[in-house]
Amino acid sequence: MPVIPSLTRPTGRLNRATMQHYLDFEKPIADLQARVAELRTTADSGSLNIDGEVKRLEAKSEKMLRDTYERLTPWQKTQVARHPDRPHFKDYVAGFVEDFMPLAGDRGFSDDLAIIGGFGRIHGRRVLVMGHEKGDNTESRLRHNFGMAKPEGYRKAIRLMKLADRFGLPVVTLVDTPGAFPGIQAEERAQAEAIARSTETCLQLKVPIVAAIVGEGGSGGAIALSSANTVLMFEHAIYSVISPEGCASILWRTADKAADAAEAMRISAPELKKLGVIDRVVAEPVGGAHREPDAAIAALGKAISDELGKLAGVSGEKIRLKRRAKFLDMGK
Amino acid sequence: MNWFNNVRNRIPFISKRSTEDTLWHKCRDCNQMVFTKEYEENLSVCPECGFHGRIGPSARFLQLFDDMSWEELPAPKVKEDPLKFRDQKKYVDRLKAARSATGESDAFVNARGQIKGQDAVIGVQDFAFMGGSMGLAVGETFVRGARAAIEAQCPYIVFTASGGARMQEGGLSLMQMPKMTVAVEELREAGLPYIVVLTDPTSGGVMASYAMLGDIQISEPKALLAFTGRRVIENTIREKLPDNFQSAEYLLEHGMLDMIVERSALRDTLAQLIAFLAPSKQAA
Repeated sequence: MPVIPSLTRPTGRLNRATMQHYLDFEKPIADLQARVAELRTTADSGSLNIDGEVKRLEAKSEKMLRDTYERLTPWQKTQVARHPDRPHFKDYVAGFVEDFMPLAGDRGFSDDLAIIGGFGRIHGRRVLVMGHEKGDNTESRLRHNFGMAKPEGYRKAIRLMKLADRFGLPVVTLVDTPGAFPGIQAEERAQAEAIARSTETCLQLKVPIVAAIVGEGGSGGAIALSSANTVLMFEHAIYSVISPEGCASILWRTADKAADAAEAMRISAPELKKLGVIDRVVAEPVGGAHREPDAAIAALGKAISDELGKLAGVSGEKIRLKRRAKFLDMGK
Repeated sequence: MNWFNNVRNRIPFISKRSTEDTLWHKCRDCNQMVFTKEYEENLSVCPECGFHGRIGPSARFLQLFDDMSWEELPAPKVKEDPLKFRDQKKYVDRLKAARSATGESDAFVNARGQIKGQDAVIGVQDFAFMGGSMGLAVGETFVRGARAAIEAQCPYIVFTASGGARMQEGGLSLMQMPKMTVAVEELREAGLPYIVVLTDPTSGGVMASYAMLGDIQISEPKALLAFTGRRVIENTIREKLPDNFQSAEYLLEHGMLDMIVERSALRDTLAQLIAFLAPSKQAA
């Protein structure tokens, strides 16, 4: 199998304790954890026995983390969904897709690395898996264009979906994009048409399609891959018709009201489940997927595998008609 | 004084035509002032520069159907304000204002009639109603329009005009994109033509779904047609954009349209297309 540098998993997440990015609202937790680390160093030097104090503070910081994450506001969830340490496409693939074989290109213009896809197996079942890749350092973020696909990215997605359909492979998509790329070349090559056709292709498939909103589900750039039989969503992911900042700058006339916009648009997983926009919320480890990526990745792999299992053996025509009926009834 | 005219125009016993604002029409493109009457007689196209002004469903039906007669399809009932949304104003209040300003229940209206003796269902999106934004009502009306066309075994012709999805309906408005795509599929399976006429302005999620899925893609001249708005692109890439960027002419040049048709020629063009594409029992 060819090895693409962008698809090899980084060797662990080095020095997570010291390199961890804390979000603004996590400051009290960060302060406590810093205090614990400081006490530990003191204790290591053997000067004092402060085990008790360390344990007490650790318990307090854990409780604070749990409490904070149980009550995240939609705007805080937006920060978590965009967290730089959150697992990305390549991490999920490394975690729960066996024998991944990436496929490239739209056959007309180029290979857009904002969307990656290929064959693989999930818990033994062969699938076509694809999704947005944001990258995790400056170089790879540029290469993957921060997960913002251009028309050729969606046209690659269309090609792969049709390929999967012909050979009877279920399609799994992992959605994580701020939105489709806004640029001259994207408009020139018909970004809107590419998204419309990709959505259309999702709806035509006679194989099951299971989508998971794993980070940001940004508008048309997301729906092009998520018009699926089953839509899963991570507990702290967001899925919205426009970014909270974009909505705020239009309706409130200032991006400073993004928190209000995030609240008003109901972009969080539990609220979207209630509205029927998504089908299942996948719980994240305490403190978010970025704190325990391995556990989060495994949980998603299991949820996807479950959902594929439920759709296995259903006739192709029924799969397609059920998917259509679901979107026709949306909001009723 | 805009609010004053708004209030005044809503008072039934004062003629709407009597204010200066309504007597004259100022062209959005060339800024020429022309008599509203003359402008409307010219199909709301500027007689000076040819700019195609924005028109709503009734004006469109009037211009296209035979004998100025058509049957408007009933507006479907949908969940109103599913998110209980409020920004600086309540969404329900914005809806109320849009309804009293346009006389329509939402931003999309269907009608059935004939174009040069051939049956057609026409759907018109109304930019005057909350920027033609797409929410549950627009989605459901579109589906009903497509199904009315299937029932009548005739083409579905859709005039788009929209800023995009209706933010006040959040994720549910995003879901209208696949929903309306399903309706386009149903037309295709029924072997019926789906003709899109893009009008000024069409953008965002509307552009990225049913507006770009026509069997035939037509636009009125100089219409602004975009996925991402000009300002957003300029802010993202910090580059000056070409002058004709995202105009109908630009889209034609880049292969996204079949043709640009002036409003005065639309009825003939649509009639010709129907004759080519409609099921054979109806074809001329």
